[in-house]
Amino acid sequence: MARPAATVTEATATRAETPKPELGPVFKRAAAPADYLDQRLGVAKLSRPFIRKVFPDHWSFLLGEIALYSFVVLLLTGVFLTIWYKPSMAEVEYEGTYQLLHGLSMSQSYESTLHLSFDIRGGLLVRQIHHWAAMLFLAAMLAHSLRVFFTGAFRKPRELNWLLGVALIATGLIEGFAGYSLPDDLLSGTGLRFVDGLIRSIPLIGTWAEFFVFGGEFPGDIIVARLYMVHILLLPAIILGLIAAHLALVVYLKHTQFPGPGRNETNVVGYPVFPVYMAKAGGFFFIVFGVLVLMGGLMQINPVWTYGPYNPAQVTAGSQPDWYMGFVEGAIRIMPNWESHIGGTTWSWNVAIPGLGTMGLFFGVMALYPFIEAWVTKDKAEHHILERPRNNPTRTAFGIAAMTWYGMLWIGGGNDLVATQFHVSLNAVTYILRVAVFAAPVLAFIITKRICIGLQRSDEERLLHGAETGIIERDPSGAYTERHNPISQGEAYTLTQHREYAALMPAEADDDLSDGQLRRENLRRRASRFYFIDTLRKPTRAELEAAAHHGDDHDSIGDGHDGNGHNGHNGNGNGHHSIEAGRGAEGAGAVPSQTQ
Amino acid sequence: MSELERSASAGDGHATGTGTEVDLHPEPQYPVNDPGHPEHLPRLTDVDEKAADRATRQVATMFGIVPVLAIGFAVTYFAVPETAYIDFGFLHVGLQHTLLGVTAGLALLLIGIGAVQWARQLMDDHEMVDYRHSAASDRDDREYVVTELQKGTEESKITRRKVLGRSLAGALVAMGIPLVVSFADLGPWPTKRRRAATIETTIWAEGVRLVNDITYVPIKASDLEIGQLVNGQPENLKDLEGTELLQAKAKSSIIVVRMNPNTIQIPASRQDWQVGGILCYSKICTHVGCPISLWEQQTHHLLCPCHQSTFDLGNSGLVVFGPAARALPQLPITVDNEGYLVARSGFTVPVGPSYFERDSRNDFKEGDN
Repeated sequence: MARPAATVTEATATRAETPKPELGPVFKRAAAPADYLDQRLGVAKLSRPFIRKVFPDHWSFLLGEIALYSFVVLLLTGVFLTIWYKPSMAEVEYEGTYQLLHGLSMSQSYESTLHLSFDIRGGLLVRQIHHWAAMLFLAAMLAHSLRVFFTGAFRKPRELNWLLGVALIATGLIEGFAGYSLPDDLLSGTGLRFVDGLIRSIPLIGTWAEFFVFGGEFPGDIIVARLYMVHILLLPAIILGLIAAHLALVVYLKHTQFPGPGRNETNVVGYPVFPVYMAKAGGFFFIVFGVLVLMGGLMQINPVWTYGPYNPAQVTAGSQPDWYMGFVEGAIRIMPNWESHIGGTTWSWNVAIPGLGTMGLFFGVMALYPFIEAWVTKDKAEHHILERPRNNPTRTAFGIAAMTWYGMLWIGGGNDLVATQFHVSLNAVTYILRVAVFAAPVLAFIITKRICIGLQRSDEERLLHGAETGIIERDPSGAYTERHNPISQGEAYTLTQHREYAALMPAEADDDLSDGQLRRENLRRRASRFYFIDTLRKPTRAELEAAAHHGDDHDSIGDGHDGNGHNGHNGNGNGHHSIEAGRGAEGAGAVPSQTQ
Repeated sequence: MSELERSASAGDGHATGTGTEVDLHPEPQYPVNDPGHPEHLPRLTDVDEKAADRATRQVATMFGIVPVLAIGFAVTYFAVPETAYIDFGFLHVGLQHTLLGVTAGLALLLIGIGAVQWARQLMDDHEMVDYRHSAASDRDDREYVVTELQKGTEESKITRRKVLGRSLAGALVAMGIPLVVSFADLGPWPTKRRRAATIETTIWAEGVRLVNDITYVPIKASDLEIGQLVNGQPENLKDLEGTELLQAKAKSSIIVVRMNPNTIQIPASRQDWQVGGILCYSKICTHVGCPISLWEQQTHHLLCPCHQSTFDLGNSGLVVFGPAARALPQLPITVDNEGYLVARSGFTVPVGPSYFERDSRNDFKEGDN
């Protein structure tokens, strides 16, 4: 972090009289084409707001970038794959280079996938890059959504961008599934068989949906061609549109930033797009691309030739979907076998609930969360300073509980592998998960909340009593105490820069509120108590001052005792303050002694 | 727009000169004053020209290796035979494939790392401040838009001649009909009759021989030993090909298993469905339709590798574990005069996963006889 550089503002720039700056050789050569473009497109006017736009820096902001870049890699490699892939289920006899499958009947899509993998130089590489990039795309999107969730970046004014993000993850999930169904090998065909069973299970319309999706009875001869269209046209177009809107909103609303000295709700501190982010983000694209290419070259993924062509009478033990479908798979596996037979109808809860319900619940709760929290807090302010997860213990606990739920389902998706790898009973794993999927999130919620509150206490400790030094002192009476040094003002500012919400007591019956309104208001107030009643309050200005003034002797050092609140703690050779010392005047004070 | 300013006033925590009327943070001041931006700490490359030169050389070297790798990629593409293989540690892969990946991957990586190193070490690293504006429009903008919209609405006469708007809305909604109808041919309609001809039936019929699913060799009752399980198909499957073959196979796959008749339960109604302990079941899981294939000889359990539903073949295929809800349909079999196993009829209930219109009252349940 550094003091901002001097830049010209509109107010100070006197346009007409500014002498023409001396241009470098590149600019001289580019002048004519740039002028040509500007006369027709107004490129200077268009780029003016963006060229020096400021973005804050933090490693966690890279997660979204990884998702974006893997999508670009997916587009690039995907185009290459379409040159050879044939989306046809027509039956052919394999006569290619892979000897083990010689003479087998297979679909053209599987044959062309084999051809691409064995006979096109670089084909296997690009196919594997594409698959790894898909894995990374979804992983990065989910990780990015966790960052956004835990830091409260979804709060006003970014709720709609959160919704776009949820839509992106949901679409990406289906896009990935459509993609790995295309090779029409035994594994992907088994995946489709599962989808067929899933669609069929939808109450009332299931059979119709099945016949409409598969063009008749499973497997039919058209599903691969349809999924191909969905995979390379429909969903990529939707994803592109969503990404464009997502990024446009990031630009319009400006990026959020973490709390810190010099940062507040009205500014954004960071580096300019040109040249710093051009190099950093552009470079990062190449890093992501490079890593994906290395993975494609060195790490085998989806070796379709080992599975053989799809055959509805065969299946491989240990069949598993790609990782991002694992939670749905897990729900399917651990679901009890409930089915209702009412008259001549069958209601297949054992498939419909986990298959459709899990995704519906996951994305539904995700999409609704920002609005639930906003309803509880009734907070209408804009938020641009990210919250540290500990400062909203209930939200953080919700997030960890959701992750735990997801994790339990994910384990369920591999219950057979858990059983074989750890030599435990498959049935026991399943029975335990049936309970754990409900119990573990509750446990995680409680533990997380306590950890957050503990971390808040440690923040409070630092604010009121300073940082531990590890120096033990013995006072004249013989008691031992540890010396504490006050923390820097910058740190204290960072630790107290979050917004707090009150836990509200029930409302009294009032003429202004109808019964229904009162009930809703009291529900909201109960929710606010659930959320905030045990959240630690940050110290007030008065408390901080009091702590600095009367700070129990062992808590402060040296001249802290002189009763001179102002500047009482500073400048006595403790490292924390050397940075601010240079700020002169006001800035030099230790936190608690600062007054306005 | 982007007003970048020297943040002389940043320390006071107020946005000045943003030109917006909306209060961005109505909350009270924080308990600690903003100390302002920390002093810029110069990097080694800022103060030591030699270090900067070194960083420059690093970046240029990284960029400089890229053409070498790019040429290496081309050489690999044309010169490395596709038949050459690496067999080293965890790698058992084509040499060409690996070298293509390594050269291209490293080249991209070096471009990226070089650019980031350039930005981190050599580009100016003074942070800048940009001021935020409320996402909302100015009051002026809002008022302008609302009044102009109102004016425009009146000018369009839609308020006075309401039938215009209503009929237009009606017209647009009506166009939903062609939109929806156009998709009615997505697939054949699963009417009762079509269901009966497709998902509710298989190519099994009286007298159809049970054959091995790979070799199509008919299965002889006397060739099966106790504990043996054979994956089977109907003999008439070999008359089909292409899509029809797959569709038929997805329903007609069976398992033929011989168990000791004294250790299994055969209900009275199914005494004549088996031949001396040889029983035949649908191989298609009643859960979501995976072919079930993991046979536990001692317990007579058959486990589906997809979702671990487990069926007891010694007890009419009832579910003993997992998410499947219905017993595996059993195919009634007998022997023909040559001693080969043949079906006595088709399946008595639809095979495979459940669907809404399925009449599941005739499936075998616990306690049936």
